Amino acid sequence: MPEGTAPITGQAHTVSPEPLRTPLFNWHQRHGGRIVDFAGWSMPVQYGSIVDEHLAVRRAAGLFDVSHMGRLTVSGPDAAAWLESLMTRRVAGMPRGRVRYTLIASEDTAGGAVRILDDALVAHAPVVPADAPVAGDAAPVLGLVVNASNRERVLAWLRSRLPARGVELVDRTFATAMLAVQGPAAAGIVSGLTGPDAARVAALANYSSTTATLAGVPAVVSRTGYTGEDGYEVVVAAPQATAVCDALLAAGAAKGILPCGLGARDTLRLEAGMPLYGHELLEDSDPFAIGLGLAIDLDGRRFPGSERFRAAAAHTGGPVRVGIAFAGRRAAREGSAVVVSGSECGRVTSGSFIPTLGRAVAMAMIERRYAAPGTAVEVIVRDSSQPGEVVPLPFYRRPKPTAVS
Amino acid sequence: MTAAMRFAKSHEWIRPEADGTATVGISAYAVEALTDLVFMQLPKVGSRVEAGQSFGEIESVKAVSDLYAPVSGEVVAVNATLPERLETLGKDPYGEGWIVRIRPDDPAAVDTLLDRAAYDALVASTPH
Repeated sequence: MPEGTAPITGQAHTVSPEPLRTPLFNWHQRHGGRIVDFAGWSMPVQYGSIVDEHLAVRRAAGLFDVSHMGRLTVSGPDAAAWLESLMTRRVAGMPRGRVRYTLIASEDTAGGAVRILDDALVAHAPVVPADAPVAGDAAPVLGLVVNASNRERVLAWLRSRLPARGVELVDRTFATAMLAVQGPAAAGIVSGLTGPDAARVAALANYSSTTATLAGVPAVVSRTGYTGEDGYEVVVAAPQATAVCDALLAAGAAKGILPCGLGARDTLRLEAGMPLYGHELLEDSDPFAIGLGLAIDLDGRRFPGSERFRAAAAHTGGPVRVGIAFAGRRAAREGSAVVVSGSECGRVTSGSFIPTLGRAVAMAMIERRYAAPGTAVEVIVRDSSQPGEVVPLPFYRRPKPTAVS
Repeated sequence: MTAAMRFAKSHEWIRPEADGTATVGISAYAVEALTDLVFMQLPKVGSRVEAGQSFGEIESVKAVSDLYAPVSGEVVAVNATLPERLETLGKDPYGEGWIVRIRPDDPAAVDTLLDRAAYDALVASTPH
């Protein structure tokens, strides 16, 4: 059994400075959340069983606190054009309410040293209810949601590129809470709490966002998520987070909703084949090799990193992201070597036992010539060699996807 | 459970048997804290285990943990079907959920471990 900081007690590693708390910290404790330090935040890794929480999302619904993620508002007459100049994806022409997945890269002034800082969602919509445009105000309001681990450096990079006037950039992370309600029952649970807005919320297309009254309080509601399941992410003012969480849990009780921690969030996104910054996606990654080419729009555009990505798009030869399914339950973890015919051909980027399939899987970056599905591989897990095979991603696809925007 | 059962700070239990061997498992607290067990690796019968050293591993969805030997000795039996039914650890950690039986080099070494009351106090003082 582990000693000290090992996972047996679920204790956070002691870090300095003191980890941040979301407005739901006490709520997590009341619901038995096991708190760990994650990206500088005290977050619940699980409340009960990760397997139960994972399966609740696949079969009914799960409620996640994702308030640790960064929420930024970009507004002002030049907001859209400015953001467009910095994102890898077009964001200026998005219809109101549209949400788009993008990467954010920085480039030093000499035009070299490109670093992918983060992946993010950009919305042509406010990211927090307080920033909803006033009626008659034509200036665009855009929202940006970034990873907790990258929030500060993304902010620093964006601030360094702010023009003297015409754009305002505000970090709304600490003034608000963000919740994810994910699973086949999510639409009924969330829309059922939106009163007169219910029909609009239920009909919200994937990757769309709207403002609505949720459990009696102003909210931004988006049809987005990180689980491979239908679902919503909602943002409310920090003081109202606990009441909204209680209302969502109560509304979903009969349907089997469970509070879910970061443990289930990770197994769900892994099962759904979604890359995670810091694991699949790194500063120097080739986005095309990870399967994130969709997040790079090079057509007639220049943005930080565009020349590097143009070169990457023209060059195929490096390692690519693949799925590996194992015969057994023993999980390969990040960094495990992938071996074909006795030689190492890549490394695991994420791996776990995944509940829906009941066996271990991994994502890995491996040499392209071994990336064909069906290729037999061995993965070195501690002192053993685990047989597996390359399989297409995702490992799990929800039975009846709703329309993709 | 017998009064003679002792515990290691690393959450294994050990119970001396009448034939001079001792049975080893992990505590109910450990099983509860690990949750979502998916894999267990056992040592081979006849292998040696050293006090405080890893003799196997147990894996949950979230992480891998080592199993530490409470005392030194030789493995004389393993619960070979346990890895196929890890739920047994939750249902009966001190009975059907036993992990290995060892022949301690020094039977008195068991007495140096925590008794039930001391172990319970240790668990109670562990922050959750």
